[in-house]
Amino acid sequence: MTQSDLREILIKHLGGIAPEIDIATINTTADLRDECDIDSMDFLKLITALGRELSCPMPEADYDQMRSFDDMLGYLKTYAA
Amino acid sequence: MTENPKSNDIIRKTEAARKAANMPDYQESYDSFSWTDAQSLLDRLPGGHLNIAHEAIDRHLATGHGDQIAMRWIAKSGDRTDFTYAELSQLTNRFANILRENGLTKGDRVYALLGRVPELYIAALGTLKAGCVFCPLFSAFGPEPIKARMEIGGANALVTSSRLYSRKVAGIRAALPALKTVFTVDGDVADTVALDPLMDAASDQFATEKTDPEDAALLHFTSGTTGKPKGVVHVHQAVVAHNATGRMALDLKPDDIYWCTADPGWVTGTSYGIIAPLTNRCTMIVDEAEFDADRWYDILESEAVNVWYTAPTAIRMLMKAGPKAIGTHQFPKLRFMASVGEPLNPEAVKWGQTTFGQPFHDNWWQTETGGIMIANYAAMDVKPGSMGKPLPGIVAGIAEIAGSEITQIDTPMTIGELVIRPGWPSMMRGYLNEQARYDKCFKGDWYLSGDLAMRDADGYFWFVGRADDLIKSAGHLIGPFEVESALMEHPAVTEVAVIGLPDETAGQIVKAYVALKPGHAPDEALRLELLGHARKRLGPAVAPKEIAFRQNLPKTRSGKIMRRLLRARELGLPEGDISTLESDEK
Repeated sequence: MTQSDLREILIKHLGGIAPEIDIATINTTADLRDECDIDSMDFLKLITALGRELSCPMPEADYDQMRSFDDMLGYLKTYAA
Repeated sequence: MTENPKSNDIIRKTEAARKAANMPDYQESYDSFSWTDAQSLLDRLPGGHLNIAHEAIDRHLATGHGDQIAMRWIAKSGDRTDFTYAELSQLTNRFANILRENGLTKGDRVYALLGRVPELYIAALGTLKAGCVFCPLFSAFGPEPIKARMEIGGANALVTSSRLYSRKVAGIRAALPALKTVFTVDGDVADTVALDPLMDAASDQFATEKTDPEDAALLHFTSGTTGKPKGVVHVHQAVVAHNATGRMALDLKPDDIYWCTADPGWVTGTSYGIIAPLTNRCTMIVDEAEFDADRWYDILESEAVNVWYTAPTAIRMLMKAGPKAIGTHQFPKLRFMASVGEPLNPEAVKWGQTTFGQPFHDNWWQTETGGIMIANYAAMDVKPGSMGKPLPGIVAGIAEIAGSEITQIDTPMTIGELVIRPGWPSMMRGYLNEQARYDKCFKGDWYLSGDLAMRDADGYFWFVGRADDLIKSAGHLIGPFEVESALMEHPAVTEVAVIGLPDETAGQIVKAYVALKPGHAPDEALRLELLGHARKRLGPAVAPKEIAFRQNLPKTRSGKIMRRLLRARELGLPEGDISTLESDEK
């Protein structure tokens, strides 16, 4: 799966949780939870949805590698591509 | 209904644990306690004056503890910054001077809309020093809850960040004529003042305002089932309770490393996340980041936390993360763990015992009570699932209320309303500009909590439920009305009902049932649009997590939406009395 496929999938699932956020306007290196106004529960929902679609276990121990939009994309590239 | 546990479920305290506790014998303390004695643990200002900030910070300088760390701040990056009591004193003096230089005087309302950054704590205590009233707002609120709370309280100044200001306040500023000054902690945006250069320029000397014990100090908002949020007013005298309950219910001792995980946007994060630890001369840990199991275990271990005060949602998330997340972490310094926000289920209390070698100590109180009222104590056996026994100085009862009659229920394990005899120092002094709603909280000699509970034969209290429709999600009290109102603003919506559904992690989650105007299709695109609309106005903490479409909502003859019926149907419970049902759900 290409970087841009993964990006599309990430944007799709973010859109299901925080539909009001225009991803084009967020700072992709800053904390994703702040940028998209998502709380801990929303974050878990996002991880679950991504993990299911990409058949990628995303353990809690790795959450610090998923802090920003870019980090998350990098993580997915490494473990789900 | 909670069952009275079998005696083999009781978690017994060891003799050593009892002896080490601040309150080794609950009953003896309960019988001998007086609030006058509790007051003598504090300093007061000359002439019978009392100021929370003086008790929290400056009196410790006078006793030679200026070099002790008052606050260790952990940034999201993991970087640590320490603030000693002496530094905190100077920084809060600077902030108080800035308020004065900007024309803010005693009694003015200073709001904060910030994440857990040092400036939030400095603003809170500096505001109190200046004799102004401090009102913290949760930073995950959207513009609508912020606007409502600033209007009701008549905010005169706001301390926030440029990001939060641009996103949430700039658009509502015109509707807030009383708001004179907005300070931003990270550089300035239009119509705001950058705080940093002012802090550098301000004097670090300030004579703390000689407030009267009955002068207003704190304003916290709480939600009602109907109508606007209520502004709960607390006075400087409340510090007597914050200090004493910190000692008795949280077992705080001088020099303790203490971590309260609550955000100051909620009353716990102020009463027990700022005031109680500082008046007890603890070192408080403040973590900027949101919940993360690994990070939390790291903090507990590496900071050698002695006393930890957290919430059921977090405990349940830690339980979910499982033993793997704990890994090789060890917590030899951890002495006392407490929980508040909603009743802690017995499994979670026992999980504490197996995981940390001690139970979580649940306690109960409300924004209105200002401090812990009923608690499990370090030296008292724990019955998992019980909220414990009333604090020394607190008289609590279970009552049956019928019209204007209030009757105490003495039969063990009988459900009634939890009531408390007024007179403790941190009791609210009013709902701002809402005398009628305040008066409704009292009947006879009692304050009515609105919670249903039972008392067992040993005097332990057991939570049963809310007496009304309020939703408790992740420890936050959410009024359905506020959520419904925001959804009603959307042009496609004709009616809305919002209820709380049980959720194993958050306690409850917010679910909205929406009926649409003709010409709008109940499809996924509209569902997402409504979700986005609600999140933009309310923020993630208050907005619904689920939205379902209905053609019609069940209503009473008087047009009231029957949330209770929606909830019963959703959960497959008996529908109960539907005699007032006029128009049913479709």
